[in-house]
Amino acid sequence: MYPRPFEYFSPQTLDEAVALLSQLGEAAKVLAGGQSLIPLMKLRMSSPRYLVDINRIGGLSRVAQRNGAMIFGTLARHVEIEDSIAIKSKLPIMHDTASVIGDTQVRNLGTIGGALAHADPAGDWPPTLLALNAKVKCCGPKGERTLSTDELLVDAYSTNLSASEVLTEISVPLPWAGSGGAYLKFERKAGDFAVASVAVQIALDNGETCRDIGVGLGAVGLTAIRARKAESLLRGKKLSKALIQDAAKQISAEADPFSDIRGTADYKRHLVTVLFERAMNVAMRRAHGEEVETVHV
Amino acid sequence: MERRWKPFMSEEKQVILKKKVVIKINGKDCEREVEPRMLLVDFLRDELGLTGTHIGCDTSNCGACTVLLDGRSIKSCTFLAVAADGRQVKTVEGLAEDGKLHPIQEAFWEHHGLQCGYCTSGMLMSALHLLSHNPSPTDYQVRRGIAGNLCRCTGYQFIVDSVKDAAKRMKATR
Repeated sequence: MYPRPFEYFSPQTLDEAVALLSQLGEAAKVLAGGQSLIPLMKLRMSSPRYLVDINRIGGLSRVAQRNGAMIFGTLARHVEIEDSIAIKSKLPIMHDTASVIGDTQVRNLGTIGGALAHADPAGDWPPTLLALNAKVKCCGPKGERTLSTDELLVDAYSTNLSASEVLTEISVPLPWAGSGGAYLKFERKAGDFAVASVAVQIALDNGETCRDIGVGLGAVGLTAIRARKAESLLRGKKLSKALIQDAAKQISAEADPFSDIRGTADYKRHLVTVLFERAMNVAMRRAHGEEVETVHV
Repeated sequence: MERRWKPFMSEEKQVILKKKVVIKINGKDCEREVEPRMLLVDFLRDELGLTGTHIGCDTSNCGACTVLLDGRSIKSCTFLAVAADGRQVKTVEGLAEDGKLHPIQEAFWEHHGLQCGYCTSGMLMSALHLLSHNPSPTDYQVRRGIAGNLCRCTGYQFIVDSVKDAAKRMKATR
């Protein structure tokens, strides 16, 4: 299967890419890892007239710690995040997330920035980056601007980015000591999209009181959903099983799933409560310093 | 015959601009002019006649088209040939050297790691990627390593056996 014909540009600098995008307008698409865009183009669900490949621009895949945050260049591949020992120890939730995306071949090419800008409702990065309070930097003809993940994700496959902007960086604040996180995804078969997924990042005081929490839900709405009501139910409280179950009920209410080939809306509403309780369990154990592999939970 | 789709033409020239690419395939520079929409798998098969790389699903699911790009496994049906310009690709044809099978191929032969053979070239390349990054994988790691490759014949057990034996063979030759 071939995509419809298009013209291909491979700018060497970010300025060049932004200038091209400004000139080409809505008919252009940015190509990062291509693991969503190219299948869509082959299926003729998307037929951009121009493709601007940003892979030849240097420095866009850097991952570095800066000013209390872990900064991910937009072209950081899922595999690099999955394999990084530093990320596994500082932000295990990101290791969880990277390692359940697609399969090895997809993770070798797919990028964090591309996946986020694609804004797939069932994508794995959006719920995790919501839970982590991540910020994204984008670069356009008027210069740079910074958005929260919330502000970025507008609707299914729709973001706040204009046609001439490139998402360049994702900044994840480093968690306080006594923090833990987990991302759990339920899939029908290896490498599939999530039926539902839950990301939890929690900071504990004295190992039992919830100092702060972020909860992101995936595949149960048009965008990933930040479960703010459930978060405020838990924030500042001593965590008990009953309280977590109350929060799970709230999660179920905040989810907004639709019935599709992967399950009915009712089923997914139930599934997020189960995933939430499991993710809380792993996140809290990690906050206590335990090493937990999510694939075995 | 009437075209089913209306091609987008370059406004100035009314032709689809081809791009020159030079891709190092199995150690040899290959230079061609290709349409930007040409996928790497079609470049390998149609331009170069390297038909060892198969097209299975053509939708990024089955992994039959797996090749190594700069040492990492990718699905060549989901990668543009123009994007591979200046890079290195290894296909199944690059495994055997001087008529001698690669240890991974020998192990697949020995353990009947295939039946119809359609998925095999992709399996071999995924195994090569796995073993070059993890020389002694556990059963679980092997299964995870080939999760992007579908086989409808074997039930995977013999493939897992093959990859584990290949790991031993590769260590012995190192």
